[in-house]
Amino acid sequence: MNYPEELLYSKSHEWVKLEGEDALIGLTDFAQDALGDLVYVNLPEPGGELTVGESFADVESVKAVSDVYSPVSGTVAEINEALLDAPEEINQSPYEAWLVRVTGVTDKEELMDAEAYRAFAETEEN
Amino acid sequence: MEKQTPLFGRHVEYHGKMVPFAGWLLPVQYGSGIVSEHMAVRTKCGLFDVSHMGEILCTGTDAEENLNHLLTNCYTQMDDGQARYSPMCNERGGVLDDLIVYKQEENRYLIVVNAGNKNKDLDWMQAHRLGDTEFQDISEQVAQIAIQGPLSRQVLKKVISAQDIPERYYSARFRRKIGDMECMIAKTGYTGEDGYEIYVASGCAVPLWELLMEAGKDDGLIPCGLGARDTLRLEAGMPLYGHEMNEETTPMEAGLGSFVKMDKPEFVGKEAIKAAGPAKRKRVGLKVLGRGIIREHCLLYADGNPAGVSTSGTHCPYLGYPAAMAFVDVDISSPGQLLEAEVRGRRIQAEVVKLPFYKRKQSDK
Repeated sequence: MNYPEELLYSKSHEWVKLEGEDALIGLTDFAQDALGDLVYVNLPEPGGELTVGESFADVESVKAVSDVYSPVSGTVAEINEALLDAPEEINQSPYEAWLVRVTGVTDKEELMDAEAYRAFAETEEN
Repeated sequence: MEKQTPLFGRHVEYHGKMVPFAGWLLPVQYGSGIVSEHMAVRTKCGLFDVSHMGEILCTGTDAEENLNHLLTNCYTQMDDGQARYSPMCNERGGVLDDLIVYKQEENRYLIVVNAGNKNKDLDWMQAHRLGDTEFQDISEQVAQIAIQGPLSRQVLKKVISAQDIPERYYSARFRRKIGDMECMIAKTGYTGEDGYEIYVASGCAVPLWELLMEAGKDDGLIPCGLGARDTLRLEAGMPLYGHEMNEETTPMEAGLGSFVKMDKPEFVGKEAIKAAGPAKRKRVGLKVLGRGIIREHCLLYADGNPAGVSTSGTHCPYLGYPAAMAFVDVDISSPGQLLEAEVRGRRIQAEVVKLPFYKRKQSDK
């Protein structure tokens, strides 16, 4: 499993890339592997508000549908529309396949660095 | 505590994601994922561990009479090596299980049942048997490996002579040697593809698996898990016990009427099925028109009115769209009928289509 150093990670397996008051959010390598082959992604409308710990999107694999929880609060500035037609990009390159860009981040949950997340993910695996 | 099949160690080595299923720990998928495994079976070939399935030996001078009594299909005039599928019903006409019976020889049949129903089936058979026929659970001694896909025969021919491979669908060859292992080879499967199910002594499962993997390495043979088994059977429109059938469903409702021989003098459930008359609901295929997957237990609506419920659903990797099976009222079960399914608070549109969703091109044997 690959967990880039420059990202932060949530317990619900999203990655966050903080850029000033903006944040890119995606699913971790662990998450995409656990979900399996993705076939649908439903993303929020741009302009919508996200709240820490609340579901803002869902991803559907051959096996099951799963909620994606927001690790931050803020406003959806942009969504990765390419994923709507090509959800498999999340499986192929989880750290390039960002889901949403959030602006005006007002709150964020306690996030882990790559090392802490790797240890956390390993305990989740068992 | 779930049981392990003799191939458990192989699955772990091949990076199988092990999950509990019907009392067993089995791989839901391996490293390459459900979609790749599904496509391998549709285009090349895949190898499945189906050792969890139950095997019951039926022996006795009146074995045939017992099968005709317990099962809805007809078991007279079968050749040795012939197989017949059947529902097994309770007195109310509900489906206790669906199974395959192989005639090994006169007065000796092998019955292959769903893992989760095996104990129930065995109890039922023993409680309802006639005369001196015996039903013996031999599941522990038997492992089952399925090789499925258009290149299956080509792979098998590398490990056994062509005359030992059954040619007709739903037929089997007994006591044939693959390597030094005695096998029963059946031309059956649960994928909608040409393929074989190989029965072998549990102790031989690992060497047989290895031998087949090695034989198939140039033909794209990969191990496949329960996930692909489910997407393949759904794409092929095959019902699964506990989803499209249960003790409250008659075989007629489940679309299995051709396996119910009402002209037999009697069988368990016949009176109830007869009394129920034409089915009021029917198993149909649904092609999803909207975005998302209609999985089991989704309520269906036609013009806003309750119309039925879905029983299975997934994304069909080969067809490239999601499909589901459902029970709907008979008067709205015709192909072309539009329905809406309630999925996580949303309505997704779907169309009733003819089953199966996928049908293989003609067999090349």
